[in-house]
Amino acid sequence: MSLLSLEGISAGYGPVQALEDVSLHVGQGEIVTLVGANGAGKSTLLMTICGDPRARTGRIVFDGQDITALPTHLIMRQGLAQSPEGRRIFPRMTVNENLLMGAEVAGHDPAPGLAQARALFPILLERAGQRAGTLSGGEQQMLAIARALMSRPRLLLLDEPSLGLAPLIVRQIFGAIRRLNEEEGLTVLLVEQNAFQALRLAHRGYVLVNGRITLQGSGAELMTRSEVQDAYLGGGHG
Amino acid sequence: MNGAALKDATLCAAVAAVLFVPVVGLRTAPGPTGPLRIEPHFGIVAVLVGLVLLGRLAIIAWQARRRPTAAETPRRVARVMARSGRYVAPALLALAVLLPFLPGTGRYELDLGILVLTYVMLGWGLNIVVGLAGLLDLGYVAFYAVGAYAYALLAQEFGLSFWVCLPLSGLIAGMWGVLLGFPVLRLRGDYLAIVTLGFGEIIRIVLLNWTNLTNGPNGIGGIPRPSFFGLPFSSGGEPGSFAHFFGIEPSPVQRVIFLYYLILALALLTNWVSIRLRRQPLGRAWEALREDEIAARALGINVRNTKLTAFALGATFGGFAGAFFATRQGFISPESFTFSESAIILAIVVLGGLGSQLGIAISALVMIGGFELFRGLDEWRMLVFGMAMVVIMVVKPRGLVGDRTPTIALGTRKAIGGGLVGQGQG
Repeated sequence: MSLLSLEGISAGYGPVQALEDVSLHVGQGEIVTLVGANGAGKSTLLMTICGDPRARTGRIVFDGQDITALPTHLIMRQGLAQSPEGRRIFPRMTVNENLLMGAEVAGHDPAPGLAQARALFPILLERAGQRAGTLSGGEQQMLAIARALMSRPRLLLLDEPSLGLAPLIVRQIFGAIRRLNEEEGLTVLLVEQNAFQALRLAHRGYVLVNGRITLQGSGAELMTRSEVQDAYLGGGHG
Repeated sequence: MNGAALKDATLCAAVAAVLFVPVVGLRTAPGPTGPLRIEPHFGIVAVLVGLVLLGRLAIIAWQARRRPTAAETPRRVARVMARSGRYVAPALLALAVLLPFLPGTGRYELDLGILVLTYVMLGWGLNIVVGLAGLLDLGYVAFYAVGAYAYALLAQEFGLSFWVCLPLSGLIAGMWGVLLGFPVLRLRGDYLAIVTLGFGEIIRIVLLNWTNLTNGPNGIGGIPRPSFFGLPFSSGGEPGSFAHFFGIEPSPVQRVIFLYYLILALALLTNWVSIRLRRQPLGRAWEALREDEIAARALGINVRNTKLTAFALGATFGGFAGAFFATRQGFISPESFTFSESAIILAIVVLGGLGSQLGIAISALVMIGGFELFRGLDEWRMLVFGMAMVVIMVVKPRGLVGDRTPTIALGTRKAIGGGLVGQGQG
């Protein structure tokens, strides 16, 4: 049974149609990745799940509940969390404050999330009292993921966690996602430009081109498809 | 001193010359035959331009000397500030409480104290909107005006007492805050600033033109003075008045002292509510919103309600201050609620350090008290005032008190140095 399913979703900003009849599903305990070029609509898809922008057509069901028309802040309290594109940590707050914000504003108990975050990214414990804006890009990304996990979600929406990071850091972050999935059973919907690594990590994947899903299959399967190889795995992305 | 510094200073002097020639150098004076003629005062211009030249050179020299230790000095200064800061707030509070009984405090000092405290309260109220929630509001004076007119009209038309009108004025101002909040929910930064600026002007112009209700530019006079919980202050000392009840000599100072403590209590209420709310989920939501709206939304914060509560609460305190202003003055007109009032309140908040309660109190004291102090300088007052603002922004770009204490922490709270706080934002 799928934890999240999108049926025939169209969405956009004003006159711009960013998504066209997108259907996908994410099963309990799966890592599903959505790969595609810049401007394909990947981030819009994650944002649409969160209700901003609203889906113009179609239905979004999370855990058996139709969340299509729910206000954003209520969607975010249903057991899904987003680590947004560009990290968007609170730069003038300390690392600890950032983490606690992730739990307390929506009324969650911060203790278990904090323990998990520190086990996953020990560096965050070291930097606990430091202003988050002074962290390196990789540390900020770790903080963004840890902050999203503070509400103990069942589904984590991850938007471009590898953006602008060194390969070594990317490997570390992807390792953490894998651990979360294997050890905690966390379901992940991962949006990535870094198609090679994302497909290697994911159980299944979707390819988004100009707001439409053109291909889907297991991660290993998609990597062998010539369309994917030509578009995303050749040249710069290896 | 090198060529670049000299060039820089000369350029500054040239700009100063261009500014000062028309502003200072040419003055109109009545001529011998009647019509005005222009008198040149180029001597003063030369002195001023010379001062700018030397001042610029001094600044460059100072910066060059300071640079090597720039990283270390502020931290030391911050440590001293933090240590002394613990005593500054209680000391200021004690001074404020004791002021009416200090030797040498007369009617003038009390009136000045009332004025300063009114701005402290307005600063703290606006701080909720600008400093905590990060919503740049250039029309804050509108709520001050709504509070003042609400009190004046309720007290005059319905004969309600001050203590009934005060909460009502706050409530009405708060409602206007929500009313402003709704259309600007989607706006941010500059766009928000423009709309709030317009809102402030709309309120003022409506007050000016809705003659039936507000008496237009003539204002409303004879606004009832507050009573001491039902006991009026009167100079006669007749039975039932404040002086008679307590068996003391009637004196006009009694009402002033009462007004002083009233505004002190209102300001402290604003402060207490702000400090308490900062530690609540609502206050944290404001701060998260100020830091990053999209991230705040992604964490499950109801952005709409969070913004509206900030506007409503800030407006409510503005309304309280307005009601106090009306009862103190006894007369209000739209002239008291111009844009420059909004600008002064915003300047107090920014110079004090956005989000810092103590900084705002100090900067209100410096700005309003200092403005009064330089009264003898006449038209030069604005110049001194402007220079003081520039100096503060150069020396302490994050406001007088740029530190912020984490609002949410495990164990002890450690102050975050001003150097680590983003410029212009607390």
